[in-house]
Amino acid sequence: MSSFAGADVISIADFSKEEVMKILRIAKEMVPMATGKKTDRSLEGKILSALFFEPSTRTRLSFESAMKRLGGGVLGFAQPEGTSIMKGETLADTIRMVDAYSDVIVIRHPQEGAARLAADFASRPVINAGDGAGQHPTQTLLDLYTIWEGLGKLDGASIALVGDLKYGRTVHSLTTALSMFKTNLSFIAPPSLQMPRELVEQVKEKGLPLRMTHDIRDVIKEVDVLYVTRIQKERFPDPQEYAKVAGTYKIDIPLLRDAKKSLMIMHPLPRVNEIAPEVDATPYARYFQQAFNGVSVRMALLSLILGGSR
Amino acid sequence: MRELRVQPIKNGTVIDHIPSGMALKVLKILGISDNVASTVTVAMHVASSKMKWKDIVKVEDRELNPREVDKICLIAPSATVNVVRNYNVAEKRRVSLPEKAVGILKCGNPNCITNQREPVETVFLVSSKAPLVLKCRYCDRIIEDVASCIL
Repeated sequence: MSSFAGADVISIADFSKEEVMKILRIAKEMVPMATGKKTDRSLEGKILSALFFEPSTRTRLSFESAMKRLGGGVLGFAQPEGTSIMKGETLADTIRMVDAYSDVIVIRHPQEGAARLAADFASRPVINAGDGAGQHPTQTLLDLYTIWEGLGKLDGASIALVGDLKYGRTVHSLTTALSMFKTNLSFIAPPSLQMPRELVEQVKEKGLPLRMTHDIRDVIKEVDVLYVTRIQKERFPDPQEYAKVAGTYKIDIPLLRDAKKSLMIMHPLPRVNEIAPEVDATPYARYFQQAFNGVSVRMALLSLILGGSR
Repeated sequence: MRELRVQPIKNGTVIDHIPSGMALKVLKILGISDNVASTVTVAMHVASSKMKWKDIVKVEDRELNPREVDKICLIAPSATVNVVRNYNVAEKRRVSLPEKAVGILKCGNPNCITNQREPVETVFLVSSKAPLVLKCRYCDRIIEDVASCIL
């Protein structure tokens, strides 16, 4: 990516480390506007199209909030029912039409590669808000922001990814992003749900220290961040096996007894049983803050792409 | 003098130095089944000074276009393609791996947008030449078995 102005955001791998840091710094400056304490109208007159071919709560609302906090307008749909897509229109045609109605297109789609295809047909910048099991780069940026803001650093951070590392798209993109920095990673999952080989290779190629285990207790004393993801029931043919595995990845107060005082627990949400509700009240819990950070991070990105005040 | 196992052809294409065992896949790429008008000769497991064992395919009365040569390269990067006219080698084409394969392969990911009803050609980026690693430009899926994904 040579310049942010007018650029598509399809995959976290499109960014350099410097570009990631630039977004994070601007996201921090956006916090007073994201919370409504200050106003910023730098994107007044600009329109964002939010095309959600698949339901989403946090991503869609935080994009809308981000655009409106910067003075811009939003149009779009939250599900494809009632649109011409249901009449059999191709994605390419939908994009050509929307391209004429707005200044930036945000797309979530159930098929992998949909955002890249949209970018091929749009003259306006396209932001990927999740394509099937593929990429979700703005989620990765807000995860990085939460770690950077909470620890004050990314280089030197010790981060454990926990849960379904095989199928979870957030942990794949996050691994790619964290391996741009000098991080110390741990992959904690049952053997059947461990991180795919190519991502493990990617971390090793960078020469980063890596630990792979199935037991959180192996790393709980040392890590700065526990990034927890949901283990989906449908991944297990045997319900008993699921219950056994899911139980061992539950974060609760007894488990946290040996943790660093500064430990941050993150989760892309929605959570089911992975984090006990009593953890919410502890200083470790950062998942709601993480969800809020989506607004300031998306404000930073929109501002850079649409040429706002920065 | 060593006896030739395969007779020279008058006009057509000789694809030599195919990795042993890949000849039938080359036929598949070229769309050759029982529908051809001229002779097709396949030699498999032929002794080769350069590569120990190799396969050879001779297709009479047909010259390959660049897209077909690119396709062959994806499964047989060591192959040489000689165009024969009137018993003489008129052109020697060395296959070379392109930076990307456009419209040649189908993505193995059923949920990839290129497998839907969209007006796009598939694009695979060559992320490593040896071993050959091809990645879908749209969904990032790495192709496991190139020969089975050829369109």
